[in-house]
Amino acid sequence: MTRIVIVGAGPAGIAAADALSAAPVEVTLIDEAARPGGQLYRSPAPGLKLDMSRLLGSSHGAYAAFHDKAAGLCRRLDYRPGTLVWSIHGGAVHLASASGAAALPYDALILATGATDRIMPAPGWTLPGVFTLGGAQALLKDQGVAIGRRVVFCGSSPLLYLAASQYLRMGVKVAAVIDSTPFAAKLRALPDMARAPATLAAGLRAMAELRLGGVPIHQGARIERFEGEERLAAVQCRAGAGQLVRIACDAAAYGHGLRPEAQLAELAGCELRYDPVQRLHLPVIDGDGRAGERLYIAGDGGHIGGGQAASLSGALAAAALLDDLGLPASDVDRAGSRRSLARLRGFPNGIAAAFRWPREQVVALADDTILCRCENIRVGEVRAALRQPMASPDANRIKAVSRCGMGRCQGRFCGPALAELVGAGHAGELDRLRAQAPIKPLPIALAGEAAP
Amino acid sequence: MSGLEHFRAENAVDAEVAIVGGGLIGCMTAHELRRRGRSVLVLERGLLGGQSSGVSFGSLRLQGQHAPELPLALHAQALWTEVETLIGESVEFAGHGHVHLAVDDAQEARLAGNAEHGRAFGLPIELIGRQEAIRRWPFLGASVRAASFSARDAVVNPRLVAPAFARAAQRLGATICERVEVLAARHDAGGFALQCRDRDGAERTLRAEVLVNAAGAWSGTLAGWFGETIPLFAAGPAEMVTEPVPRFVEPTMHVVDGSVLFRQTSRGNVVIGGHPRMSVDATTRRTRVPPDKMLTNLGRLVAIAPHLRAYAVIRSWTGIEGYLEDMMPVLGPSATTPGLFHACAFSGHGLQLGPAAAKALAELITTGATALPIAPFGIGRFSAEGRRQVHSLAEEFQDDVLHRPG
Repeated sequence: MTRIVIVGAGPAGIAAADALSAAPVEVTLIDEAARPGGQLYRSPAPGLKLDMSRLLGSSHGAYAAFHDKAAGLCRRLDYRPGTLVWSIHGGAVHLASASGAAALPYDALILATGATDRIMPAPGWTLPGVFTLGGAQALLKDQGVAIGRRVVFCGSSPLLYLAASQYLRMGVKVAAVIDSTPFAAKLRALPDMARAPATLAAGLRAMAELRLGGVPIHQGARIERFEGEERLAAVQCRAGAGQLVRIACDAAAYGHGLRPEAQLAELAGCELRYDPVQRLHLPVIDGDGRAGERLYIAGDGGHIGGGQAASLSGALAAAALLDDLGLPASDVDRAGSRRSLARLRGFPNGIAAAFRWPREQVVALADDTILCRCENIRVGEVRAALRQPMASPDANRIKAVSRCGMGRCQGRFCGPALAELVGAGHAGELDRLRAQAPIKPLPIALAGEAAP
Repeated sequence: MSGLEHFRAENAVDAEVAIVGGGLIGCMTAHELRRRGRSVLVLERGLLGGQSSGVSFGSLRLQGQHAPELPLALHAQALWTEVETLIGESVEFAGHGHVHLAVDDAQEARLAGNAEHGRAFGLPIELIGRQEAIRRWPFLGASVRAASFSARDAVVNPRLVAPAFARAAQRLGATICERVEVLAARHDAGGFALQCRDRDGAERTLRAEVLVNAAGAWSGTLAGWFGETIPLFAAGPAEMVTEPVPRFVEPTMHVVDGSVLFRQTSRGNVVIGGHPRMSVDATTRRTRVPPDKMLTNLGRLVAIAPHLRAYAVIRSWTGIEGYLEDMMPVLGPSATTPGLFHACAFSGHGLQLGPAAAKALAELITTGATALPIAPFGIGRFSAEGRRQVHSLAEEFQDDVLHRPG
């Protein structure tokens, strides 16, 4: 029977699995996490008494509906949690899990790998106590653990107000929200944002909740420094009017928007194209998620659009796949889903304006700021590599010379800032680090032992 | 002024010597020629050292090097110890020696053979029994039966080599152009005319008196323009690196058949290689290490160093190398065209031989002769006597390389 592999059990992957459930195909659903949900619908570890309805507030309904559906699907499917797809090669996904390494050939592949935080390095950003926004949320939802007792949420991201309001609901002191995008820019992006009314409403609700809870919100404030000796003690920012504000805290959640996790897409043969608005390389996909031969991409791993868009795009990708294989069509309302998806994803300018990536900050960073936290490479070292004669402004070359992006994360977190630094002074498109397997560290123990 | 700007400038960049290919051989040769006062132009289609030069394991290996290459290799090793002083920057040269390991009787006999062979050329190789090997390198696994140690073997960081030599050559006045492709070349009464195209599509013709073919896996095309055949094929190494590991080894460890080799960098990362080499796509110039190959090599690794089981691999890479079936380069003058020199298809040995090959070439170009032992590497060897094989190629290459179409 035709084997379909879906990578990722978040809203996109589950919607795709659901749309394939009646089709004459064998579906394997692979997920790195122990339980379905992705980042958006991440659920507490078993045995943990965490009041998710309190944590999620009004979005708890969607969470509960997702998990109802996912639980049923995962029972029926070949569902493989706790499994990393570390490479895609020769028409097979290559898996690593507690039970070892394995290759699984596929007839068609749906990648629903989601997104991660885009990080702008700032002085002190690697101090213990500084987390990504996504990381702060993950710890709370998964482990019921807050990243600190007095937490600053900062940067600019759809996750900023959301994560802060979740912490507030769970009784954590939110010391401040520092939004690096000015309020005026947010207002200007409103008409665009209104095309996704549910997302906008959730954002506005979170903001109102924080204000009601007495949380100071600084808009249009630039993050100057994460301050502390052994660990984070305060966040310094320069408010819109120019005065320096120092907010004492023991933890900070930080991020500037989201970046598709596109490494697997690249290894599977999908073309990536530079998007000048988001200043990222994005997978090239059609309206239904077709990304190459036998390859489909759904959810935020293709285009950042949030949970609702992820779910629609998962169903559409599954429908496109069935069409392409000449299998009986699923009952997905293609026309309606395409319209909704186009509406939800159709405002990259709005997203980019409302959650601004402060690219000019990279150029202004002091030489001693750490850029690559895995290899401990500072901005000045990358600049020195760029200044060398015969150093082409090519991100992969600068990586090889400076070691920025050569560590455990392979540039997943420093990559966007490195690209800005390499591209500084050039009007053209930014460069990017090429993906190579393993996309995340591969335990050597999985290889077993061979006779040499 | 950068190479590219120079290239685009109104005045033609005519040089005494044009070198096609900005790999380590091209860059080292440019440097040697500038030291001898010749005007030099290096034309690189992509980035300097972007293919085989930059992606290798980094080994400067003498032990086990086959007879026709060992004399030149010994010259090269002496030059390597002076390279960082010569060019004024680090290429992470580390002269900690190489240990070859045997896991069965046949391999143990091979260690002894290599040691005897080395001694004949004045290369000291120490044979070490299992007990002593375990005493010196306590991490070694149960499968290791014997070892041999060559103190003169060394490593460098291959990514740094070609750009570092290019900078040194440039400081001495060479013109180095990245992202300039040579589309065609011909020889006439006035020397060589090279039709070139830069990254923006601008074309121009450059002239030179002498042409050096240092185009690696693509050097057969250039030879073909002058009616010569270099029967090379492309293959690639499978390289990986781990996350940083606490220091446990100084020398490079190398199972004698090449099935796995590893070294630890000063930062603690363990670089892992292993034969046979893989088929690669020289047309698209994009190749990846297949996952099953990675797992196979990691399995071999933990048989030799079991404690590495506790760590993770974080990156893999390969590149496109030019090979000949006798596993030796083409190094020397063209048989058809005066002023044309080949320095290519180094068959995985370019990094080690590089400094001596570049010196020999520069001497040939400037004086018409060299005392360095390069006689075995002439292009003439392909015409009359056919292809010679001095190595078991099955050990060196995967089946899909050896049984390639055409």
